[in-house]
Amino acid sequence: MAHAAGTYRKLRLMDPTAMTRAISRLAREIVETEGGTENLALVGIRTRGVPLAQRLAEEINRHEKVRVPVGVLDITLYRDDLTTISHSPVLKRTELSFGVQDRNIILCDDVLFTGRTVRAAIDAVLDFGRPRRIRLCVMVDRGRRELPIESQFVGKKISTSASEIVSVTFRETDGEDDVWLLDRDEVKKTRTAPATSTRSVKKASKKAAARKPTAPPRASKKA
Amino acid sequence: MTDKPILIAGGRVVDPSRGVDQVLDVLMKDGVIARVGERIAAPKGADVFYAEGLVVAPGFVDLHVHFREPGFEHKETIATGTASAAAGGYTTVCCMANTDPVIDDAPAVAFLVRRIRETAKIRVLPIGAVTKNLEGKELSEIGLMKAEGIVAISDDGKPVSNGQLMRRAMEYASMFSLPVVVHAEDPHLAQGGAMNEGLVSTRLGLPGMPNAAESAMVARDLQIAALTGTPLHFAHVSTKESLALIRQARASGVKVTCEATPHHLTLTDDAVSRSRYDTNYKMNPPLRTEEDRQALVDALNDGTIDAIATDHAPHHPDEKALEFADAPFGIIGLETALPVLVDAFLPAKVLSVSRLVELLSTSPCRAFGLQGGTLAEGVSADVVVFSTENKTTFTAEALESRSRNTPWLGRTLRGRVERTYFGGREVYRYDESRRRPAAAPASR
Amino acid sequence: MSASKPAATTKLGKDLLDIDSLTKDEIQLYLDTAESMWEINKRSIKKVPTLRGKLVANLFFESSTRTRFSFEIAERRLSADSISFTAAGSSVSKGETLLDTAKNLMAMAPDAIVIRHQRSGAPHMLARELPCAIVNAGDGAHEHPTQALLDAFTIRRRKGRLAGLRVAICGDVLHSRVARSNVSLLTKMGADVTLSGPRTLMPVGVEQYGARCVNRIEAAVEDADVVMMLRVQKERGGGLGYPNDREFFELFGLTPERRRLARRDAIVMHPGPMNRGVEIDSSVADGPDSAILDQVEAGVAIRMAVLYLLIGSSGEE
Repeated sequence: MAHAAGTYRKLRLMDPTAMTRAISRLAREIVETEGGTENLALVGIRTRGVPLAQRLAEEINRHEKVRVPVGVLDITLYRDDLTTISHSPVLKRTELSFGVQDRNIILCDDVLFTGRTVRAAIDAVLDFGRPRRIRLCVMVDRGRRELPIESQFVGKKISTSASEIVSVTFRETDGEDDVWLLDRDEVKKTRTAPATSTRSVKKASKKAAARKPTAPPRASKKA
Repeated sequence: MTDKPILIAGGRVVDPSRGVDQVLDVLMKDGVIARVGERIAAPKGADVFYAEGLVVAPGFVDLHVHFREPGFEHKETIATGTASAAAGGYTTVCCMANTDPVIDDAPAVAFLVRRIRETAKIRVLPIGAVTKNLEGKELSEIGLMKAEGIVAISDDGKPVSNGQLMRRAMEYASMFSLPVVVHAEDPHLAQGGAMNEGLVSTRLGLPGMPNAAESAMVARDLQIAALTGTPLHFAHVSTKESLALIRQARASGVKVTCEATPHHLTLTDDAVSRSRYDTNYKMNPPLRTEEDRQALVDALNDGTIDAIATDHAPHHPDEKALEFADAPFGIIGLETALPVLVDAFLPAKVLSVSRLVELLSTSPCRAFGLQGGTLAEGVSADVVVFSTENKTTFTAEALESRSRNTPWLGRTLRGRVERTYFGGREVYRYDESRRRPAAAPASR
Repeated sequence: MSASKPAATTKLGKDLLDIDSLTKDEIQLYLDTAESMWEINKRSIKKVPTLRGKLVANLFFESSTRTRFSFEIAERRLSADSISFTAAGSSVSKGETLLDTAKNLMAMAPDAIVIRHQRSGAPHMLARELPCAIVNAGDGAHEHPTQALLDAFTIRRRKGRLAGLRVAICGDVLHSRVARSNVSLLTKMGADVTLSGPRTLMPVGVEQYGARCVNRIEAAVEDADVVMMLRVQKERGGGLGYPNDREFFELFGLTPERRRLARRDAIVMHPGPMNRGVEIDSSVADGPDSAILDQVEAGVAIRMAVLYLLIGSSGEE
C-alpha cells in the first residue's frame, strides 16, 4: 500500500463517492450561509486547499449559474515555523487577481488541525486588503487545535490522537480522491505513547511514495 | 667540552659533488666530516644513528630567505628562522637585505653578523643591498659590506628599475666577485598586480601581473650582464619566457645562474581561485599557469635552473588576514621545501634523489661560490638525513618559524627531514609527538 | 544534509558569493522565488512577516545608493530588522581590519551580512570566518551576483526566456563586476553573449569565458535581443583605458543609430549609475526600449528572494 513511510493505513474515512457528496453539501451550505454568491470568493490554501476550492466553485457555479472567483494562496512566507526547518520551502505563486476588499472570502483547506496554517492564511489575505468577512471550509476537521480557530464548513469531523495522520488526496493533485486515517508504524508495534512531533505527515501519491520511500510528502505543512 | 663523534650508519649517502649514491657510513668528528666509507667502526663514546632506508646528504643551502631581523621581529628572527631552516634540513642560508634598517652599509652588516653569531643555529650568510635603502637611486657600501661578510648583493623585493644604476652596480660588484641577485620585475607592467595575469585573475577580478613584467626585466639585465661581464643570478624565476632568455644568454656566454622556488614548481594560479582568495597563495612573482610550471620543472632537469630556493618570507597572521589585494606577498618555505619537492617529484620520477640533492645543496653553493654542498672529508660536517617515504604533517604547533603563512598548513606530504647536523652537531631531530594533529584542525 | 529534504528543493550554500559557483538549478530557484516576491511588491501592503526577528547587517565599504536602498527595502518588506554601516576606504586606511569589523558585528548576532567592498574576495574572507550568511553586494572587479540575478529576472520578464537570446554586454568590461556576473549567469542559462569594448578595457583571457569578444560595439549590438551597457569606471581608468569621454562616446557609446542595429524588439539595460553621453546616449537610456527602471524594481524582488532562501529557515540540519 502506498502511503507515507513509517505509517500504515488505519481506517478509511471517506471514499470518492463520500467526498463528492460532501463537496456538494459544503457548496450548498456556503451559498445558504452567505446568503447567495454576491461578493463571494473562494481561496484555496496550497496545496490541497486549491482543488477543494475549485470543486466547490464548480458546484456553486453549476447550481447558481454564476462565476465565483477562485484564488490561490501560498502561505509559506507567513508560516510561524520557518525557523524550525532547515531549508526554505520553494515558493509557489499566490493568485488573488480579484480584489479582496469587501469580499466574503471562504478559505479552503483539506485538513484543519492545529489552526496555524489558517492563522497564516488569514494574515496573508488581510495583506491584500480588508475583506468583509473570512470563513473557513475544510474537508476534515481532526481536532487538536493549538489556536482558537474554528471552521464554519466541515466535510467530516473526527477526533484523532497526536500520532495519527489524516491523509486527504484529490484527483487533481494526487490522482485519486480519498481520505484515510494513518498511524505511525511504531505505535502499531509497541502501543507506546504518542510520538512527540505535532507535525502531521500526509499520504503521498503512489508515484511519489514509490520514488522517495523515506521522504515525507511535500505538502506536510499541516501544522 | 668537545662534541661527541657521531656516526651515521647504513644510510644511502647521496653526494652529487662527488658522484656518490650508495649505502655508506658517515663519521663526523671535531665539527668536520672525518670519514665516509663502508662499515666504519664507531669510535669510543660516539653516538651512532642507524639510518637504514634514509638518505644522507650534504646539508641544504638556501640562496634566498628573509629573516626579518632587524626591524620585523614579530614575523621572524634569526633564531626562529634558523630553527625553521634546520627543521627543513638546511645548514646554510643567505638572507636578504630588506630589513629595517636595510642592510646597505658596513655597520648594518656587522650588526647582523653579530646577531647571527649570537643566535643562529646554522650558517647564515648576509646579502647586502644594491642601492641605499633599496631606493634604486644610489649605490650602497658594496665594498665595505663585502669586507664585513656579505656574499652577494640584491635589492630583492624591489627591482632596480633604473638601467644605468643596474649597469654601475654590476660593474662595481664585479671588483669584489659578488654575484648580483636580481628580482626581475618591470615595476610599471606589474603595477598594482596581486596575482598572475590571465584567465584566473580575470575571473577573480584581481589585478594581474603579466609574464612580461618578469621577462622584460630578465631580458634587460641579461643585456647589461653581457655588457659588463658580471655574473648575474635571477631570483625566483617563474615564467617560461624568462627561462628561454636565460638559456639563450648562457649559450652565448653570459655568466648567469637562476633559482626557482618549491611553490612555483608545484602550484599554479588556479590555487588562488580554488582556495577562494586565500592570501597564502599570494606571492611575488605570482603563481603562474601550468604551462609555466611545467617549463620550470623541465628546466630543473636540463640544468637551466641552478638552485631551488625557498624565498622564505614570513608574515604575521594579522598581516595576511587582509583582503587579497591588501595582504603582503610571500610565504614561508624552509620547513615545507623538502616534503613538497619529494611528494611532487620523486614518486612521479620527475627528479632523481641525486638531482634533488644537487639542486638543494651542491649547485646553489656553486652558483654563489660558497663552500659546502659536499660530504668531502675535512669539510664542515653539515649533513641532512631525510626520508623519501615517511610523511610530514604541517601543523601550526610543529612549525619552528615564527610565522604560519604557508599554503601547506594542515597538509600531509611524503618526505621528511629526520636529522640535521651543522658543524658536526645535531641541530634538528624529527619529533613525532609534536606533529599530532591538534584537537581542532585549523580551518584554513 | 537532511535526507528528508524534498527532492525538488535545490540546496543552496550558506552564502551568496558569486554566480560562478552557482548551478543552473540554483539560479533558477533564485529567479523563480523572486517571482513571488515581485508579486508582493505589487500588493497594497508590501510586507510579509517572514523574517521577523532576523537581523541583517548591511556593510557598505564602497559608496552605493541604489544597491544599499534596494537591500534595505528588501529587508523591510520581509520584516527583518536591518542596520546599515557605510564606510569608504579599505581596511588599511581605516585602521581596523575588515575581519575585526565583521567579528565585532558578529557579536551582535546578525543572521546575514550584506557586504559591498572595493576588494575582490572580501566577502569570501568573511564567509570563511563567520557563521552567518554572507551576501555579496559587489566585490571589487570580481562579481555582483544580485545584479546579475536581477538582470536575468528583468530579461526573463521582458523576453519570456533566457536560453537562446543574443545578449550584448558593452563598454568597460575590465573593471566591471557586473559583466563578470552576467557573463557567468547568462552563459550558464544558455544565452548567447557577446562582450565588446576597447581592447584596453577587455580583461586578459576573457575570450576563454564562454562569450564572444569583439572590440567594435556595432559587431556586438547587431541583431541583439538585449543590449547591456556597462558603466565606464572613470575612477579606475587612470587615463590608460581610453583617451577621453568624447572619443569613448563616439567610438564605443550606445547611440540611437547603433541601437537600431539591434533587433527591433531589443531591450536596453544599464546597471547604473549611468554616465550619460559617455557609454550611453540619453535618448536611448530614456527611450521606449529601456528596461533600466525595470532593473531597479527587479532588484528588490531578487534581494528578497536571496534573503528568504538564505535565512528564511534555520539552515541547520
